[in-house]
Amino acid sequence: MNNTVRNAIPMPNQASVASRPTLRAYRDDAGKSSRNAIAAENLFKTYRKNRIAVPVLKGVDFAAEQGKMTAIIGQSGSGKSTLLHLLATLDRPDTGEVHFDGKRIDNLPRSERDLFRNQQLGMIFQFYHLLPELTALENVLAPQMIGAGIWRYLRQRSALRAQATEILETVGLAHRLHHKPNELSGGEMQRTAIARALVTKPRLLLADEPTGNLDQETGAGVLDIIERVNREEGLTVVMVTHDESIAERCDRVVRLVCGRVESVD
Amino acid sequence: MYKLLLCWRYLKTRWIALASIVSVTLGVATMIVVNSVMDGFTQEMQQRIHGILSDIVVESHSSEGINDVNWYQERIQATLGDRLEGMTTVVAVPAMVSFQYNGAPHTQQINLIGIDTATYASVSDFSQYLLHPDHHQQLAFNLKDGGYAPDRKSLPESGWAYRRDMARLRKELEQESKRNHLLRRQVEEAKAGAVALPAAMAKNEADTEIDSNPSSEDASDADNQGLLPGPTTSIAESSEGPHYFDAEKETHPGIVLGISIGSMRYRDPLGEVKDLFFIRPGDDVTVTMPGAGSPPRAIDQSFTVVDLYESKMSEYDSTFAFIPLEKLQQARGMIDPISGKKSVTSIQLKLKPKVDLAKARDDLRAAFPPDQTMVHVESWRDSQGPLLAAVQLETTILNILLFMIIAVAGFGILATFFMIVVEKTRDIGILKSLGAPGSGIASIFLAYGVLLGMVGSGAGAVLGLLFVHNINRIAALIEKITGREVFDPTVYYFTEIPTIIHPFMIVWVVFGAILIAVMASVLPSIRAARMHPVEALRYE
Repeated sequence: MNNTVRNAIPMPNQASVASRPTLRAYRDDAGKSSRNAIAAENLFKTYRKNRIAVPVLKGVDFAAEQGKMTAIIGQSGSGKSTLLHLLATLDRPDTGEVHFDGKRIDNLPRSERDLFRNQQLGMIFQFYHLLPELTALENVLAPQMIGAGIWRYLRQRSALRAQATEILETVGLAHRLHHKPNELSGGEMQRTAIARALVTKPRLLLADEPTGNLDQETGAGVLDIIERVNREEGLTVVMVTHDESIAERCDRVVRLVCGRVESVD
Repeated sequence: MYKLLLCWRYLKTRWIALASIVSVTLGVATMIVVNSVMDGFTQEMQQRIHGILSDIVVESHSSEGINDVNWYQERIQATLGDRLEGMTTVVAVPAMVSFQYNGAPHTQQINLIGIDTATYASVSDFSQYLLHPDHHQQLAFNLKDGGYAPDRKSLPESGWAYRRDMARLRKELEQESKRNHLLRRQVEEAKAGAVALPAAMAKNEADTEIDSNPSSEDASDADNQGLLPGPTTSIAESSEGPHYFDAEKETHPGIVLGISIGSMRYRDPLGEVKDLFFIRPGDDVTVTMPGAGSPPRAIDQSFTVVDLYESKMSEYDSTFAFIPLEKLQQARGMIDPISGKKSVTSIQLKLKPKVDLAKARDDLRAAFPPDQTMVHVESWRDSQGPLLAAVQLETTILNILLFMIIAVAGFGILATFFMIVVEKTRDIGILKSLGAPGSGIASIFLAYGVLLGMVGSGAGAVLGLLFVHNINRIAALIEKITGREVFDPTVYYFTEIPTIIHPFMIVWVVFGAILIAVMASVLPSIRAARMHPVEALRYE
């Protein structure tokens, strides 16, 4: 996968037919070769602002190998966050496909996409995105509460709480279980967010500039945790960043420039 | 689970949302208060209207009345069957009552009603409104010794004792005036040249002369009339014949007057409400009524007031006077001299409990078509229909207006909820990124609305019930602060504001308020559910 991807022809249909033999292969025989945890093919996405169409992604192919850390790097406005949102099924591409584990997920019905995000996916954001009304422990428990119905949650409450506490302990927040986000530091909030992303034991972790709002040292600590999870549990990580030094710590780096993939290292 | 948790946390951290529910609380409280008071008022009024009226009246068109009473009674019995509980015959005529108070003559228009003492109690609670406690059990037109209205301080001493005292006083005054008259005459005679007698002799002479000749023409001397309450002596003398009417020992036929005919409620300079009685049990009155002939002649008859009644329905209390049926029929000439048949002007009926009033009335109307028989049929509701309808309309309009207030409060909730949804945009994005479905997010805000509605209307119900419970104390307080009487007893005859709490009404009001709160939270909930996760996450 070290070849440079170029979209000579911006028309989506032709592009998908003419190029990307490798990606097509991944999709076709997904059953035997699931090296790619998540893959996107020829994604186009245009946002409309005041009736002016702003193309953000102009035919992006992307794949993240199972158990590896993949960085998406690019300037502001290069479309890296949009790509991540499409991978997370938070948004749907205008054209193109997203595959998870060999199955197409971008065209699933809303309820199944909700289930996918809840069960298979963990997400970390630059601004932590914790729920301000809940304590750290409750924030970590939130995906479980959403996934399990009220009765199942109440039945398994103690087990789930123990599990969430344990995860918070592994990210070094054993002493902050019952603090609200506004009582936590930036690094602590991000570590809580990581714990929340990991609590459902997902297959894929998507991180949107996880260190973007943190100082060097704290950011490094957060990255250490992500790397540790990747290394020890073989969790596939896709990380969006604009920081070259962070990208260097990843197995692969996909460079986005103006909505197109410029290079893959 | 997250829905309940977040809903609860939002409620706990956003007390301002409770401010939006205060209007619901006040609306609910007001509705409960207004409905309770209006219901109490209506019931009180219906009781008063119905109090001395029977359920149904079969009334003659003619002032001469119905002659063949038995035929009518049998037909009514056949029509209503076992729906009928009681039946009585009544003569009602317009009349005039006159009496004197402090020497000044008073005349008042009344409805004179002759009632059958044996059966009247079977159709009406009339006797319950009489002042003398003994009359509650058994209605009789006899003057009691005393003990009228033991709990009413404003009624001066009444009954036989009072009558005797008054009669004795009157006699003494009479004699005194006669003596004066005689003396004056003697003095004049002496002046004219006759032999002057010693004063003592003159006195003795005067005494013997008066005693031997009590029904002298001079008895009703104009000089002393002013001091005499009641018209007694002149009436006593008008019933001529050898029998001399002694007010000290005898009475005229009994009459029961409405309390407002012979009394006045007023406010003294200190602002206290007082009753002034022109007539009290024991006094005599003259009633002038039309005879049964055509054209009717005016007939005068003296009566002794044996009791007063107070139904607290001012229209009745100021116009109705009751006398025994027999006396009225005699006085008006309603007894056929040949057949001895007695005419009546109406037949009053009482129905068994829970019998459909309107249905019974319609059946009777079918049995007695007004164009073919001499009578028309009315229920007590018909006779006060416009009044009852007015109160009903008032209640309905008030309810609609107050519900509008709660609906306006609904828009307040709507606006507040929209702001909360906007404020929580990022949270909504986070929840969606964690896989929460739109329906789950909508239910957070819906549950929020239900919870607020419940809190608001629950508080309103408690507030309203407390208000109703203490309404008279609150009225007194308002009176104290503003100096204006909320319920003027000289107008309403109420000493207290009547209230009735129907539990069903409260359930409806609370349910309606919760429904409005939920409806107001539907739109913001839908907006929250439809929010695009990416845009919500980007929201700053």
